[in-house]
Amino acid sequence: MNWTWFHKLGSPKWFYEVTSKWMFWLALITVLLLVTGLVWGLAFAPADYQQGNSYRIIFVHVPVALLAQSCYIAMAIAGAVGLIWKMKLADMAAKVSAPIGASFTFLALLTGAIWGKPTWGTWWVWDARLTSMLLLLFLYFGYMALQAAFDNETTASKASSILALVGLVNIPIIKYSVEWWNTLHQPATLTFTSKPTMAPEMLVPLLISIVGFYCFFTLAFLMRLRAEVLIRENRTQWVKKLVQNDV
Amino acid sequence: MSEVESIRPPTLWQSCRMILQRDLRLAFRNQSDLANPLIFFVMVASLFPLGVSPDTAFLSQIATGIIWVAALLATLLSLDAMFRSDYDDGSLEQLLLSPYPLYILVLAKVFSHWIVSGLLLTLLFPLLAVLLFLPWEGYPAMLASLLLGTPLLSLIGAIGAALTVGLKKGGVLLSLLILPLYIPVLIFGTGAVGAALNGTPYIGHLLWLAVFLVMAITMAPFAIAAALRISIAG
Repeated sequence: MNWTWFHKLGSPKWFYEVTSKWMFWLALITVLLLVTGLVWGLAFAPADYQQGNSYRIIFVHVPVALLAQSCYIAMAIAGAVGLIWKMKLADMAAKVSAPIGASFTFLALLTGAIWGKPTWGTWWVWDARLTSMLLLLFLYFGYMALQAAFDNETTASKASSILALVGLVNIPIIKYSVEWWNTLHQPATLTFTSKPTMAPEMLVPLLISIVGFYCFFTLAFLMRLRAEVLIRENRTQWVKKLVQNDV
Repeated sequence: MSEVESIRPPTLWQSCRMILQRDLRLAFRNQSDLANPLIFFVMVASLFPLGVSPDTAFLSQIATGIIWVAALLATLLSLDAMFRSDYDDGSLEQLLLSPYPLYILVLAKVFSHWIVSGLLLTLLFPLLAVLLFLPWEGYPAMLASLLLGTPLLSLIGAIGAALTVGLKKGGVLLSLLILPLYIPVLIFGTGAVGAALNGTPYIGHLLWLAVFLVMAITMAPFAIAAALRISIAG
């Protein structure tokens, strides 16, 4: 098997050059998908027979909640790749995904609270899903605090990658222990294993906006990663040249 | 020079015993360090009757939670010292240079930490239970859950202590890293006592704690060892 692509991926310069070509198209796709999904969902999808219009926040809430969890897994995997193969780019990827993931987790909690007020009559309940999301946010905070505490970038990356992996092992434990402890949240609307329980007029815009939010995540991630590459590689020739050409 | 040749390096088992003896001796000679978390344990618990309500019925309802949270916080206080002095005087580096697997040696260190923190907290809990009017039916479950849960606190906490030992001010950071990971222990520990108070079987909660303990004993030392290597190298 040809592994050159894997080695190339480890080169910050190659990464920077390749993604330069992708950014515009990725941004375009993101805008198109998000506008389609959100306008369709917020303005044209039918109202829920039980919750009325308040359910429409689902078109934001579900994508950000999904992303909050995916982002942690991606961060831990990037950290593991950095630890095992000592790839600079993987370390950077793990570092830059943390603030994005924390923001998505915060947004998931915030939109959940806004949705909770009309449907449950309260901003917050100590329910399993809410609690595990809150703990996920704490895990992100711990990761970012540890990352920031070291002066040496390499040590910071290694130490925080270990923490991310420990957290990854713990996430299912935390999730199931709080679920067992208390549950009020509705069961997951979307699962891969069973037929959707949602009407297709609602499901299609939801799926579009989920894909849109994933594209948005990729876009934000790449932008941050490209900036991080420039900062960490600021002593190399190619970065100096690039900056001089820009000025 | 025959005397030098006759000195054999200790076996793995001997090294573990030496680590354990050394750590325990250090802890018991430094009695204020040993006592402070325990005094803290009692003081935190005594804040609740003052801050919330001294009512007997009310206190006996929340006693379980208070004892567990106080045990958790007291352990947290003692964690920073786990590797700190060894790091400062260089004996941690010697430990890393040992020919034996760091995995086992680290387990010995965590075990000695548990003896001077978790085990003593467990022995002290009846005092708090009396102060907070924990009903009598809750005592066996509380004892069992603390015996299974506090080693978990030491094992998980050691990961955080190992990650932050190279930093000048690791204290608050350490709590930030470790507290979210302590949640399952808290849930199942208090769950066991709660079940016992309701008169329902609590063996399930204890078995879960035991499962977590076995998992932590098998996996946490890898993370602790790796974290120590990183802290020493950085």
